[in-house]
Parts: sequence; structure tokens; C-alpha cells
Amino acid sequence: MGIGIRDQMAKRAAAEIKEGMVVNLGIGIPSLVPNHLSSEMNVMFHAENGIVGMGPSPSQGEEDENLCNAGGYPVSLVSGGSYFDSAIAFGMIRRGFVDITILGALQVSEKGDLANWIVPGKKIPGMGGAMELAQKAQKVIVLMNHTDKAGNSKIVKECSFPLTSRGCVDMIITDMAVFHVTEEGLVLCEVFQPYTLQQVRESTNGSFLIRDDTDKGAKMDG
Amino acid sequence: MRNRFNKITTVEKVLEFFHDGGTIMFGGFGGVGSPPTLIDGLVNKGVKELTLIGNDTGFPHIGIGKLVANGRVKKVIASHIGSNPVAGQLMTEGSLEVEFSPQGTLVERIRAGGVGIPAFLTDIGMDSEFVSSSKEKVMLEGKSYLIETALSAPISIVYAKKADEYGNLIYDKSARNTNPLVAMAGDITIAEVEEIVEVGELDPDEIVTSGVFVNYIVPTEGVNWKWVWE
Repeated sequence: MGIGIRDQMAKRAAAEIKEGMVVNLGIGIPSLVPNHLSSEMNVMFHAENGIVGMGPSPSQGEEDENLCNAGGYPVSLVSGGSYFDSAIAFGMIRRGFVDITILGALQVSEKGDLANWIVPGKKIPGMGGAMELAQKAQKVIVLMNHTDKAGNSKIVKECSFPLTSRGCVDMIITDMAVFHVTEEGLVLCEVFQPYTLQQVRESTNGSFLIRDDTDKGAKMDG
Repeated sequence: MRNRFNKITTVEKVLEFFHDGGTIMFGGFGGVGSPPTLIDGLVNKGVKELTLIGNDTGFPHIGIGKLVANGRVKKVIASHIGSNPVAGQLMTEGSLEVEFSPQGTLVERIRAGGVGIPAFLTDIGMDSEFVSSSKEKVMLEGKSYLIETALSAPISIVYAKKADEYGNLIYDKSARNTNPLVAMAGDITIAEVEEIVEVGELDPDEIVTSGVFVNYIVPTEGVNWKWVWE
């Protein structure tokens, strides 16, 4: 996946973040999301190790080994930020104070079931904080490739991989399109250039409704 | 420096408490906030067949990961081991047993152990057979929950920025992470610290961990590993 596509996905996710929100970002493409937020916006980024108010990565040579995100990489602290222990960090998640979590996935079902931590037959890395975030964040946004390396749809009727949490995903942003998970099922609302609706259909193993959301900047085509 | 509570000691002295087959709870998150000098002391002492309880297994050359990479560990209770490929390899070979807990559940189990609560109820992991299948469930006000049991250990090792002679601790930024919880959950808690001051020098309002929970204080030689981002 090219840098342009990764940034396009991150930018689309960033559009969901509103003033004053508490946001938790997973590793990978979700970590690009802050680059697409206005510096005027007051958003507090939450980290599972025990930070609210994470700021950008410091420049090389300015890193503080005792100020890192949950992935172990150096960050900074914004004005109003704070430190606390990890039990408090998860207390915030379980109590629903995280407004949005943006994370990766292996499979998402058309009902919003999430599988994002075990690939059958492969080494199990552990779930980390994924279950708490998936179950308890107010809004769960998945950023993922539309298909796996073999070309199989990662959007599925039923997850075949072990579940992280059932019915938790609210929105799916792939390199091809944007879907909302609703009570009626998946709703396709945007198709990214250069893909067509037909290509999205062919790459998606699940049914979806269509609702044009062109005001978000992407174009529905075909 | 006075030593009015006889808690200030040396790494050499506290290493006598560690034996083959023992259980150690450790502070730190991805190696950040793990006590480097105690970990090196344990590697050099050669203790083996250890059970480790903590957030994760660090990296092969960082934090508690050094003990794992040196083949000294038989069991780990953690929330993930993904950043330490040696841990994954040993688990696959069957020489390392790994018990996974969701991260928030794990730290709450440690907190519970530290504050005298034998177990608690949570709905985290209810949809995951991996998490829920082996656990007792109870109904409370019409909802189903898992019973998660407390974790404690004969010895906890933590890393702090400052200790006074009584063992009151303050931490440095996100290196706090699991340390205040782990500090409470050890029968014996050893704090490795960057600076030791006399009682009265810490602002009582800034103390995070009360010296009540801390038995020994040892000075650190500082982090001697290269971070993954360096």
C-alpha cells in the first residue's frame, strides 16, 4: 500500500475526530491520523500505558526514554496532559471516556464483529489492550487493507478468526472504501479513487447497502 | 545519606532473595520503566525456571526480555509478547508457557493483589473464547461477568525516579505505567531508583507509592540497552 493511500485512510479517519474528544490510536496507519488534524483542534490522545495528552514524536536527539507511547516509541506531552498508572488508563477505557479508538483488523464481519489478534496457525502475540478498546470505546474505527495478501476480503459475513469483540465496530476505512456498520448491516458511503463501485463489490465478501456520502470528499463512481 | 528504615541496600544484597523456580512480578511497559540493573543482576546470577508476571516481555535485548531471551523463564503471565520474537519462538517450541490476560484485566488483577481483593468481575473478554472459556462466570443484575482472580508475587521489582529512605516513590512520566501497581502486589518489593533522598525531601503530595509497600531500595546504574527507536 502506497504512502498516499495510507495517508488518505488516515485523513478520512481524522475527519471523525471532533473538538474535545479523547482518542486512542493503534499502531500502523492509525498513528498517521494526528498529521491530518488541525493544530487548532483540542484533542487529547490517550495511551494505555498511562498518558492523556500525548503529543507528536520529538525530533531525533530530543527523545525521552521515559516518555513513550504504548508501542514503546517516544512521544511528547501537550499542555494539560497527565500521567497515571496503567490501571487508571484502562479504567478510563472501561468507563467509556475514550470517544474514538482507531485500530487495525484481520477481519471485520458485516455485523461489526472484530477479529484482530489471532491468525489461526500462527504464533499468538497476545491481545494487549485490544479487547478493552474494542468493547468500551464509544466509537470503534477500523483502518485496514480491503483484502489480505492472497486477495481475500477482510470484510466477511462471519469472522473465521477468533473474535476480539462482537458487534463493536462502527466504521471501516479501507484502501478502497468507507463503510458504516448500522443496524441494517454494512453501508458503503464512499469509494476512494481510483476504485469503482464494481471493484468494491468484487473485493468484498459480504453484502452492503449503499449511501452516497460525497460531501466527505470522496466520490462514488459506477 | 542516613538509612533510618534500613531499606536502602545494594543490588548484590537483594539478589540473594532470587532463586531458581521463583516467581517475579516486574514493572514496565515495553521495557520503559523496567528496572535495568536488577534485570542484569538476575541475568548474571543465572537464576532460571522463573515465572514472570508483568505487562509484556519487552524486546529480546530490552527490559525483562533479556531474561526470556536468555532462556531463564518457564512461564509468563502477560498481555502480549509480540515485541519479543524469542518469547514467541520459545512458546511455539513448548519451552515457555504463556498465560495471556487482556491488558486492563491484567493490571487490575495486579492492583487487586496489591490491595487485598481476591477477585473482581469484568465483562472484558466475554466474546473471546480464548479469554472466557476457562473462567467462572456469574450473573449480576441480569448481566454475565467473568471472575478474574488477583495476582501477587513473592517478589516485585519496580523502577522509580526517586525514593526517600522510607521507600516513598515518585516516577518519571510514562515510566510510571505498571510500577505503582506492581509495587503494591509483592510480598517483598524492591525499588530500583535513579535518586535516593532523605525523608522529608519529597513533597508528600507528589508521592505516588507509599513506602508502606516498599521493602528495599537500590540505586540504579541506569538503562544500558539501546531502544528500538535509537
